[in-house]
Amino acid sequence: MLEVRGVQKAFDGFQAVAGVSLAVARGEIAAIIGPNGAGKTTLFNLVTGHLRPDAGAVLLEGRDITGLPPHQVCRLGMGRSFQRTNIFPRLSVFQNVQAAFISHRGRGLDLLSRVDRLYRDEAEALLASLGLLERAGEMSGFLSHGAQKQLELGIALASEPKLLLLDEPTAGMSATETHETIRLISRIARERDLTLLFTEHDMDVVFSIAQRITVLHQGHVIAEGAPAEVRSDPEVRRVYLGERR
Amino acid sequence: MSALRRAPWGLLAAVAALAVPLVGSRFYTFVATDVAIMALFAVSLNLLLGYTGLVSFGHAAYFGVGAYTTGLLMKKAGVAFLLAFPAAGVLAGLCALVFGFFCVRLTKIYFAMLTLAFAQIVWAICFKWNDVTGGEQGMPEIPYPDLAWMERLPVVGDLRTSDHFHLLTVVVVALCFWLLRRIVGSPFGRILTTIRENPERAEFIGVHVRRWELLAFVLSGAFAGLAGALFGIFNRGVFPDFVYWTKSSEVLIMTILGGMGYFYGPAVGALVLLVLNQQITSYTEYWPFVLGTILIVLLFAFPGGIVGALDAGCRRLAGLRRA
Amino acid sequence: MPDPSFLFAQALSGLTAAMFLFLIASGLTLIFGVLRVLNFAHGSFYMLGAYMAFQVVRWLGREPSSFWWAALGAAVGVAVLGGVVERLLLRHLYDKEELYQLLFTYALVLILSDAAKVLWGTGQLSVSRPPGLAGAFRFFGTTIPYYNLFILLLGPAIALLFWLALTRTRRGRFIRAAALDREMLGALGVNVSGLYTGVFVLGSFLAGLGGALVTPVKAIVPGMDVEIIVEAFIVVVIGGLGSFWGTFLGALIYGQVLSFGILIFPRFSIFSVFALMAVVLILRPWGLLGRPLKT
Repeated sequence: MLEVRGVQKAFDGFQAVAGVSLAVARGEIAAIIGPNGAGKTTLFNLVTGHLRPDAGAVLLEGRDITGLPPHQVCRLGMGRSFQRTNIFPRLSVFQNVQAAFISHRGRGLDLLSRVDRLYRDEAEALLASLGLLERAGEMSGFLSHGAQKQLELGIALASEPKLLLLDEPTAGMSATETHETIRLISRIARERDLTLLFTEHDMDVVFSIAQRITVLHQGHVIAEGAPAEVRSDPEVRRVYLGERR
Repeated sequence: MSALRRAPWGLLAAVAALAVPLVGSRFYTFVATDVAIMALFAVSLNLLLGYTGLVSFGHAAYFGVGAYTTGLLMKKAGVAFLLAFPAAGVLAGLCALVFGFFCVRLTKIYFAMLTLAFAQIVWAICFKWNDVTGGEQGMPEIPYPDLAWMERLPVVGDLRTSDHFHLLTVVVVALCFWLLRRIVGSPFGRILTTIRENPERAEFIGVHVRRWELLAFVLSGAFAGLAGALFGIFNRGVFPDFVYWTKSSEVLIMTILGGMGYFYGPAVGALVLLVLNQQITSYTEYWPFVLGTILIVLLFAFPGGIVGALDAGCRRLAGLRRA
Repeated sequence: MPDPSFLFAQALSGLTAAMFLFLIASGLTLIFGVLRVLNFAHGSFYMLGAYMAFQVVRWLGREPSSFWWAALGAAVGVAVLGGVVERLLLRHLYDKEELYQLLFTYALVLILSDAAKVLWGTGQLSVSRPPGLAGAFRFFGTTIPYYNLFILLLGPAIALLFWLALTRTRRGRFIRAAALDREMLGALGVNVSGLYTGVFVLGSFLAGLGGALVTPVKAIVPGMDVEIIVEAFIVVVIGGLGSFWGTFLGALIYGQVLSFGILIFPRFSIFSVFALMAVVLILRPWGLLGRPLKT
């Protein structure tokens, strides 16, 4: 589904991502972990088109998408949630999701139809599956942090992606919220046959649902594989726990 | 939602505006026409400002282009209003397309400064191109459109030409408002608000932000051009100060004064500002001082503008009543 | 081939204009760099500096030193005004949209320009050169007033002084850090709001000083606030908004453009000035020495 080949990115001489390669198969749930500053978010930005790699390539379903602008990458079937919650604060919960449908279904240039009830059914169905239907009329900026993250997931899903990138989906959440979010994400991934790639700090989360883990450190991949392998990898343990051999 | 919010304010305002000439005062009609035109100008800016989140310091450029287009066509080429008027919108829209193309590649203060620079370039051209634009003297004596057919109408047939023009203006402005209302209430309009709220997020629902911003820019400019065309005739002449940065600042203040979060906000702002201007300049020459003070009060106490303050007030009253 | 001494005279006049512009534009770029506010009222501060200098000279009479006291007094007066404005009013707008901050500074322009009219009328005023620098000398075929020489030396001197202050002192480093990441600075325990006031005061001081020092050379008239702010905008755009040396460079360049441009295109100022701004913004919006914008 997704293939990243040797991407590099430097900022003002600082090498944020130094030759990272990874692959995510269709239907897989993969995670990228690493300490702060390892380059996880930069890598995401390179994949989604927010940043242009200095070298390397990104392929989505075999198609080279390196350097394409984000809106085109989105249209090719990639969805994303951001680290800092990215919603449309002064639009209602319903309107947030509706906008995504409008854009995805190509109605963005419709200047004369009335937008009030457009895609109402689809939006409400989506909100229901996320547990946000009762809040549909509320202004999204006033929602709790957890609800906003769920809404953001909804916005990403409305574009009917095949691959979903989640940047720290449980950041700032309590244990209960985290648990619920993870359950929601895995259920949605199953229901919609999504491929998932996410970054996380919470190791419990990662080891509970990831089928494949890539470990990043200072812009390099230092380990990759199934959770059990990664967990016992000495290099990983050294980086995370400061253990010496 | 209270009944107050659902009242057809636009319709009521249009009817009231149409009735003004019947009062018989030349002055009131004059002010009402002025307000109607500036209201259109301000609402056109708000498509860009309030709905797309783009701050333009040079909106007067398109207003001026529209005015000069219609003025030139009607005065020098004898073209009928029916053609000269839409031409203003088309030319202003084209101008916005060219300028906007460069502007939308920038953000925030850089965007604003480029809009200002372009507007001042247009002004310099109007000011200096004596042969075409009349230069510093402008183009006085723009003819009225052919309004003879109005004299055969009941009720309004006996009114003056300036009253007839007022009626025409109100109808045209109302039509433009209706169009603009449709646009902001359309899927396109919804996408614009996503750009305003969060351009990064909008990109990642598949919106080519720059393209939509350019579209908004062009539409906004076109309607401003239409307002300019009307103003040139109303003012009985087209002059370079239509394009000067002070005009841009005037319309920007109107938009915010009325409330950029509401469709009719800028229209209310236009009304209030023009009436205040009339009143205050008859007492003192220090209108800038008053305007500056009003602006400061607005920014600190009523950031949502007049309509915003009214809306909040109504909500509070409704809350009290329920409690 | 034009007369070399004529070219020299033009270049010199361009340099002198540049130094004045640098004084004002440096304050503008400093305020923008740290507070992220493009202070439209900066031109008004400049104008007030000029008027205040005039006033103080009038009070002190024809002493040899009265001009210098006036310049200092005007700069300090404007700085105080800036501090009051920032502390009492502007700071409450920091969490609001940028547009509100810009409109606030515009409102100040309106208010201050009328205030000046009320206090000093609408006529032209002027201040004579300080007795110590009254004469002129000939050099390379041109007459150079001593006062202009003083300005030519003062400009780079102030630039150097500020550069040293920004790079060598603790406060200076804070200022530069705030321009890069104010949240981080606040998290480190630095009094960011005090820093903001300080920067605004400093910028205003520079504007007031510039206005005061220009009085022997230019007439004090209403409208000088708008005239200078437009030129200051162009200078900071060319040099790069927020860049100190960029402003210096921009001022130098623009000074020469002004000087020689009028010769090549008689109808120069109004069109070409904004065309220049537009060209820079289109091709290289971050100016010569600014930081490239994030796309």
